[in-house]
Amino acid sequence: MLNRFKAKSVIQSIFLHTLLMAVAITCLFPLIWMFRSALMTNETVFVDKALIPASIHFENFYLAWTKGGFGMYFINSVIYTVSVVFGIVMVASLAAYAFSRLDFPGKNFFFYMFLAAMMIPLPGSFVPLYVLMNKLHLANTRIGYILCMINVGLSLSIYILKTFFDKMSPALEDAARMDGCSKLGIWRHVALPLARPAIAVIVIFNTLNVWNEYILATLLLNDKNLMPLQRGLMVFQGSHSTDYPLLMAGLSITALPVILVYLFMQKHIIKGLSAGAIAG
Amino acid sequence: MAETKAKRFSFLEFKGTAENYLFIFPAVAIFAVFYIYPFYEILNLSFHEWDGIGLTRTFIGLGNFKEIMQDKVWWTSMWHAGYITLIALIFQNALAFGLALSCDRDIRARKFYRVVFYLPPVLSEVVVGLIWQWILHSGIQSGEPIGLLNFFLTKAHLNHLVHNWLSDPKTALTCIALVHSWKGFGWGFIIMLAGLQTIDRQLYEAARVDGAGPFRTLKDITIPMMVPVFLMVMILTILGSMQVFVLVLSMVGQGLVYHTEVPVTRILLSMTGLSRFGYACAQGIVFGFILIVSSFTLNKISKRFKQDEAR
Amino acid sequence: MKLKIFLFCLCCFFLFGCMQNTNSNTITVWHWMTDRQDTFEKLANQYQQLTGIEVKFELYAPSDAYSQKIIAAAQARVLPDIYGILKEKEKFAVFVKSGFVADLTEEFQKNEGIWEKSLFAKALNVNRFEEGNIYSVKPGIYGVPIDVMNIQMLYNEKLLKKAGIGRPPRTFDEFIEDIHALRRIGVDGLISGWGELWLLDCFASNYAFNIMGEEKIMATYRGEVPYTDNDWVEVFRIFERLRDSDALFKGIVTKNNKYAEQDFALERAAFAFNGSWCVNVYNGMNPDLEYGAMLPPKVNPNLPMRIWGAAGSSFMVNNSSKKKDKAIDFLKWLTSERQQVFLSAETKNLPSNRHALSSIPEILSQFASAMDDITHPSTWKYNEDPLVTETFGKEIQSISIGERSPEQAAEEVQRIKIRQLERAKNRR
Repeated sequence: MLNRFKAKSVIQSIFLHTLLMAVAITCLFPLIWMFRSALMTNETVFVDKALIPASIHFENFYLAWTKGGFGMYFINSVIYTVSVVFGIVMVASLAAYAFSRLDFPGKNFFFYMFLAAMMIPLPGSFVPLYVLMNKLHLANTRIGYILCMINVGLSLSIYILKTFFDKMSPALEDAARMDGCSKLGIWRHVALPLARPAIAVIVIFNTLNVWNEYILATLLLNDKNLMPLQRGLMVFQGSHSTDYPLLMAGLSITALPVILVYLFMQKHIIKGLSAGAIAG
Repeated sequence: MAETKAKRFSFLEFKGTAENYLFIFPAVAIFAVFYIYPFYEILNLSFHEWDGIGLTRTFIGLGNFKEIMQDKVWWTSMWHAGYITLIALIFQNALAFGLALSCDRDIRARKFYRVVFYLPPVLSEVVVGLIWQWILHSGIQSGEPIGLLNFFLTKAHLNHLVHNWLSDPKTALTCIALVHSWKGFGWGFIIMLAGLQTIDRQLYEAARVDGAGPFRTLKDITIPMMVPVFLMVMILTILGSMQVFVLVLSMVGQGLVYHTEVPVTRILLSMTGLSRFGYACAQGIVFGFILIVSSFTLNKISKRFKQDEAR
Repeated sequence: MKLKIFLFCLCCFFLFGCMQNTNSNTITVWHWMTDRQDTFEKLANQYQQLTGIEVKFELYAPSDAYSQKIIAAAQARVLPDIYGILKEKEKFAVFVKSGFVADLTEEFQKNEGIWEKSLFAKALNVNRFEEGNIYSVKPGIYGVPIDVMNIQMLYNEKLLKKAGIGRPPRTFDEFIEDIHALRRIGVDGLISGWGELWLLDCFASNYAFNIMGEEKIMATYRGEVPYTDNDWVEVFRIFERLRDSDALFKGIVTKNNKYAEQDFALERAAFAFNGSWCVNVYNGMNPDLEYGAMLPPKVNPNLPMRIWGAAGSSFMVNNSSKKKDKAIDFLKWLTSERQQVFLSAETKNLPSNRHALSSIPEILSQFASAMDDITHPSTWKYNEDPLVTETFGKEIQSISIGERSPEQAAEEVQRIKIRQLERAKNRR
């Protein structure tokens, strides 16, 4: 009896792992291909089909870094990403908390306004936006770009956070209120720590979004010294010719920080799994 | 005495409400400056004929909207986006939920899976374009298919399935939809994983003590608890899939005749190709309106579903 | 404490970012060719040493993002001293009419037109508005071409030899025969980036010139000749014949030109239809590729084949710039022989200065020798409505995948043409 149960679960887990592995391979393949291509030359990149190329050019990473002028761009991208993500987490969690827990006239109106904004694409909004930024003297400044990017990620983040706040039981917050904690204090010391998985999701999404953003940066920034990392990649892909190995090396360098942020943040999504004994 | 108490009370209430407004103030302020103003301009432009550059804009009232109503290609593109969305809703979300459920359990190598499943969204569009161009390539060189898919089909002696994937109206849009689902399931995966984590473990424990099997647990605990998260993921899937276009451009260029047109490519064409900014803005407004209506309908349906559940 | 230091650093960066460079000895140039950054910067350095004037190249890619930026900057009145405009003449005309572009005619004609004469006339024509042009722009020259391109057919010498073909085809019938010979040894025929409609339009336009000549095409654009005319059906029939003889590379109608270039460079097809920039592209991907350039094979022996060719990219001077004279001086220097030779060698593009032609590689001079056969939509007296052009391209795609007959396609294009003609009438 026990053996049969065990056999069944082994077969189940083999089946499950085959499935998971299959999906995992489709996810890993492009990454490996990118990395492998980064080690080749432009002549062999599409000819040599072997997984490990015949001649390996590690210097491509160095070349990509120097030729693309990655040093300055990298620092810029870090500044933009850190400030925008920090800004979004603050602003969006405050608003989402209010939408979920507090009461005030026009609450639904404001919330649906943010939701609607998420859905209406604004083609050509770059024209009024650019004119506005020039009027405010925010064109070609870091702060202007950061504020615009915060706005870009705001609606989605508020929506995700509100959904999670709604799901959470208010018991702890009530207890804190009984203890005489202020609203801001409850938000800071109770709600935020409880919403850690959702905050982690927000951080992951927005990091990727800001790190890879390029169109808005091109529009708002003129100075090369203000440009984000994606600008460096453009050196390898002209309107006609493309230097694939250096581009792939550049893309690998670019992808790495995002993956690291994800590695770090996903731990916060998964809390206390050790406590649960929920073997399938 | 009583009077002052009431006054003080209302003052407190006022202070409380004002305090509540302070929570949303930063968000609304940023939003008002960087969204409302451009939105107002776009709305205004949608009633005009404008080439995007010149100094004159001609007011034409509802002319653009009337034209959209008769624009057959535009509505076809809307159906295509709907088709991609449908496939994404079913395929992408089922995949995301299944994987999230697996990684929520105590299985081996789940840390590895958790990291790997988020890779497609991280990948650059350039790499995705190149890879899928290679996989779906329909050419033949020295007797062997160049494309990986056709290559494996030949090797598996399924020669009748070898196909010109992206240049056949029957398969092109489905290929795009499937690649889109592959690229996007990582998003849903993370949100659902986070959603599963907020479910109280004690509920599972209690169900186990009651002798409920995994399927009962799934049906009675997990799914009801996940309804708000499902709804959110579905709305985000609709938004993401309806607005797909970078992938379309990288897979089939400006499109296979009219079989792969999607709303955003039409809007971009109006704006840059045809130099009709006003028309593009009107298209954007109509498109946004449709998205809002469909999301809110979905919201309503899910609320009814929840009420039924409660009963 | 750490947080405070961090915030302080952030503030420093913001302040640093706010400082604007308003030196009167600096010219700012906007362009989209980010892959030429090094070359441009080398030239800028030379120029600064020569004259003490700093030239700042600010490059933005991809070109879609660039054109957004230019449009937005025009609206905000913050265009740089020198910039490039992408795309059609129609847009260029609106820029000129709105007063954003300086009229350079006088400068070109100074000293008996020495600057004008040094450049390829056909490249310069792209930036020229003739007397009585349909855009009602004041006649003159409004831009400086910095390089030249044309679009031709290419053939892979090795593959042709393998199929026993001695010389590239000269007529369309010969071409179809060659395709059959290539098919017999399992080689695909023609590859091109026909997922980009303009390239498809270009190919069709070449044959339209060969079949009916410029006058009739212009008459069609004016609405006097319908697309259902026999000559136009003949143009559509070209694609039917290509399809029926299996001459088209599989998946050609959904290829971006970048992928198409990859296929030709890797010798997957015997013929390609591509622009002169491909020399640089093929050289990067497969330096051993043996290929030659040729005009598309003629259908009609009585009329010449006309290919598209023009300025690869042009620079415009901002009309309201305070440094207009300095900007013009820089452009004169940039298009003089020495700089053109340098640009051509670095970017493997055709120079716009005719004197610089003597020192370019063999395959590029094959392209250059076709400069007498070129034409370009920007130099035509009339232009087709963009929506009709889109339908035209889409219908050809439709023929190529076997959905439609040439007659059906012609009817559909004509239907849209009539609609657009009526719309234009109502607008007036």
